[in-house]
Amino acid sequence: MTSIAAHCRPVAELPLRDAREWVAKVRSALEQGERLVTLFGRKADAEGAVLTAVLQAGGGELHVLRAATTLEQGWHTLTRDFPAAQCFEREVHEQLGVRIADHPWLKPIRFEGKNLRKMKDYPFYKLAGKEVHEVAVGPIHAGIIEPGSFRFMCLGETVHHLEIQLGYQHRGVEALLLRGDPRSLAPLVETIAGDTSIGHAWAYCAAIEALAGLSPREEIEASRAVGLELERIAMHLSGLSGLASDIGFQQGASSYGRLRTTAINTSMRLCGSRFGRGWLRPGGSRAAMDAGVAEIARANLSLIGRDVAIINDCFLSALTVQHRFQGVGTVTKQQALELGLVGMAARASGVPIDQRSFGAGSYGRIPMKTSVEESGDCWARALLRIREIDCSLQWLTAALDRFPAFAPVCEAVGALAPGQFVVSVCEGWRGEIVHCLETDGLGKLLHYKVQDPSLRNWFGLALALRRNEISDFPICNKSFDLSYCGNDL
Amino acid sequence: MFKSLKVRKNQGWQFIVDLTTAVPAGFRGRPVIAEKPCARGCVECSKVCPTKAIALDSVRIDLARCIFCNECALACPEDKIEFTSETRMGSATPEGLVIVSGRARPTPVATSSALKKLFGRSLKLRQVSAGGCNGCELELNALANVNFDLQRYGIEWVASPRHADGLVLSGPLTQNMADALQLAWDAMPEPRFVVSFGACALSGGPFMDSPALDRAFLDRFKPALFVPGCPPHPLTFIAAILDLLGVE
Repeated sequence: MTSIAAHCRPVAELPLRDAREWVAKVRSALEQGERLVTLFGRKADAEGAVLTAVLQAGGGELHVLRAATTLEQGWHTLTRDFPAAQCFEREVHEQLGVRIADHPWLKPIRFEGKNLRKMKDYPFYKLAGKEVHEVAVGPIHAGIIEPGSFRFMCLGETVHHLEIQLGYQHRGVEALLLRGDPRSLAPLVETIAGDTSIGHAWAYCAAIEALAGLSPREEIEASRAVGLELERIAMHLSGLSGLASDIGFQQGASSYGRLRTTAINTSMRLCGSRFGRGWLRPGGSRAAMDAGVAEIARANLSLIGRDVAIINDCFLSALTVQHRFQGVGTVTKQQALELGLVGMAARASGVPIDQRSFGAGSYGRIPMKTSVEESGDCWARALLRIREIDCSLQWLTAALDRFPAFAPVCEAVGALAPGQFVVSVCEGWRGEIVHCLETDGLGKLLHYKVQDPSLRNWFGLALALRRNEISDFPICNKSFDLSYCGNDL
Repeated sequence: MFKSLKVRKNQGWQFIVDLTTAVPAGFRGRPVIAEKPCARGCVECSKVCPTKAIALDSVRIDLARCIFCNECALACPEDKIEFTSETRMGSATPEGLVIVSGRARPTPVATSSALKKLFGRSLKLRQVSAGGCNGCELELNALANVNFDLQRYGIEWVASPRHADGLVLSGPLTQNMADALQLAWDAMPEPRFVVSFGACALSGGPFMDSPALDRAFLDRFKPALFVPGCPPHPLTFIAAILDLLGVE
């Protein structure tokens, strides 16, 4: 069993249902408490589309429901009863032109295809009333950050609703993934969301390996997990540094910031890149750790562990930090469940979803504790990062005890099996990364669907702003720390 | 109070004392092409390059396209290509970014006397990401952290293009950002210049063949500085900008 879930099935065993029957099946699974992992479509011919929904039951097992529909027929929206489907239905509509009847919010996700360059056409929600005003921010923001448009609809000082328009970063990733040899896509995959290179690369590698019938050895899996946890620590430190900076808490900004430097420089020691580029390849891992590098890695991890405890103590006990974060930007557990939030944002609202908790592969040999916070506010999202850094550090220490050295290894990856559908799910630092690949009858890639956790969590940020002030936006935004390009693809 | 002092004591001094000579251990930076013949008819390096950065006969690597993935070095049967931990590889011209055997480093950035006079003691930069994956953005942010501390040279990031002297561009330039990018540039007062940062901005990088890009901005406004990498190391930017401004 591999460390991350890769569920591969022959397409022939996945019946193509009628869209109506498919929607009923998805509904009944959701009513029975299963979780929607993804839902997407691909073009079948000029008038038709093939639809896929992936659901996850409580024990982690994935199952796939497929359907065929015409663009004209489409289906009746799930979003009204299951808001978690909102982004998926919007995406299918935008990418393929499939009719989604009665969807309450059928707006473009990323302005791709025929929508390219029509950013000005976004149908912002309009509030009417004497006390109402709107504030538009973006797409270019004050800091060094990716672009996106934010529109605050305010009643007096209070934000009634925040609407987020994305798509500025759309680079056409999914189309590019269908060009060239599917086994050589790693460099492109690593830039889907450049701060999650390892997470996306692992989802990709696991999917390709499943299609090629390859099961990576234990040390390859362990090396990948080391990369993933280092990436998590680095980005959590980056988030904490940003949060501290956004409330003017300089010591937090500088201490968490320089500790992140130590974390990414550790990745660089192992694989040559501060962002884990080149670490993972299908069939292997190129990270090299001899005794000398292992010693440096251990020293760096113990330095981070020691110093992070000192700054945590100062940060969390400071009244200014508590005052700015507690009760600000709250997403309740109910809202998180309804919206289908994933990863860190879900866990900070009391929803314990973590793909690593299913204990397979490296995460079975060394279990990873799932951290959960209940309050759902900026405080919870900061605290959760701190807890997860501690857990990842402990995990890494145990992993390096078990594997004191890694050599670069790459097993040959054979041809991809024809007529297969595979879904892989990797718990990146933001949350679950989902890659779905389908091969045709000749083993060529027919479709590649990428899903960054940000796609689902952006709406969580919009909800978090309600009944807060615009001045709370920077910390709310940073507390989610979502990817623009991961959404825009 | 005591907790704060404890943090202060623990933090010590974190800045890199000499940014111009620092070498990041383990970094996969500037490639070197050995002066030895290729195997006859061998095209392995250019075949595996995901960004078509390698031309053959004789082997040339265009750092504008290179994403430093190491595929070519691993594929070469003669071990001709090696990536070193050297970060200094910015250039003031696209031609200067081409690495060939026998010419180990890109053409060094020549000091611009005009830019030195204007901005040598104070430079305000505005960053715009036009499709950047957050790799370049994080490294540009890192320039202002306590380790690199670029502010020591009077070089600072500003929030508004109105306050900026230079535009630092990252990402492959998406169609959906084309209008906003132009607006930001138009808002910047003269004199001003563009810095192109990272393989995507320099050439489109892994996205060079995508129809979702619009790179016309770079035809209208030629960058004064090209900073290669995927993402570039902060030190690559620092060496290049200090050379351009003649900062010692």
